Amino acid sequence: MKLLVYLLAGVIFGIGLTISQMVDPMKVLNFLSITESWDPSLAFVMVGAIGLFSISRIVFTKNNKVSIFGDVIGQKISSVIDKKLVVGSILFGVGWGITGLCPGPAVANISNLDPKILVFILVMIISMRISHRLK
Amino acid sequence: MTEFTPVAGLVGGLLIGLSAAMLLIFAGRIAGISGIVNGMFTRDRKEILWRGAFVVGLIIGPVIASNFNYSLPTNIEMTWPQVILGGIFVGLGTNLANGCTSGHGVCGIGRFSSRSIIATAIFMLVAMITVWLMRNGLGELL
Repeated sequence: MKLLVYLLAGVIFGIGLTISQMVDPMKVLNFLSITESWDPSLAFVMVGAIGLFSISRIVFTKNNKVSIFGDVIGQKISSVIDKKLVVGSILFGVGWGITGLCPGPAVANISNLDPKILVFILVMIISMRISHRLK
Repeated sequence: MTEFTPVAGLVGGLLIGLSAAMLLIFAGRIAGISGIVNGMFTRDRKEILWRGAFVVGLIIGPVIASNFNYSLPTNIEMTWPQVILGGIFVGLGTNLANGCTSGHGVCGIGRFSSRSIIATAIFMLVAMITVWLMRNGLGELL
C-alpha cells in the first residue's frame, strides 16, 4: 500500500516533467541561455513546484510532527554550507550546461530507449557511486 | 528555438510540487531524484523498494502523458563526448552537493534552506556560463 503512494508520486513527477517539457534538453538549454534564444518557460516550472511544495509543507507541518506513515519529518537533513556543497554544485552546473540533462529528466526519458540517454544515466550512476565511496 | 510555454510550465511545475508534497506528507521524505537513485544501491530491501517504486513511476509518467499529446523529445542532439562528460559531471556533482534541481532547487528552496538556495544559485549560474561557452566555441570542441 505504501509502495503505491511512492509509485503514484513518481508518476505525477514524471507527468509534470513531461507537460512542462523539462524532459527536453533543448528547452532546458534555452532556459539557461539568457543572451540568445532565451526561453523563460522553466522559470514557471520552478515557481509552480516551489510554491505548491512550500505551502503544502507549511500547512502540514503546522499541525503534524510526523508524516502519515509515522516518520519524523525532515530527519537527516544537513544545513552545513561547506566546500563539498560548493564544488559539487559547480560540477553539477557544468554537466547540466553541457547536456541540458539533470537526474530527474534523464530518468523520465528512459522509455524512449535513446542510447544517448541510457549511456548518460549509466555514466551518471557510476560517477555517483565512485563519489559516494570516496566521500 | 523553443516556444515560450508559461502555462504548460506552471501546470507541470504544480504537478512536480504535488509529487514532492506527497513524499513529504506521507513519508517525511525529500523528492530529490539524484538522492533517490543513488540510494537504490544498498542491501536494505526497504530502501530499494520505495526508491524503485518512485523511479518506475517516474518512467511510466511520461508514457501516460504521451496519451494526452505530451511527448518525450525524440531528437537528442548531443555528441558522445558531451553525453559522457555530462554524465560524469552530473553524477559527481550531485553526489558531492547531496542534491540536484529537485532536491535543492525545489524541495530545499521550498524549505527556505540557505544551503539549498546557495547550491541552486551556484549550479544555475555555472550552467548558464557553460551554455554560453558551449554556444560560443566550446561546443565545436566537444
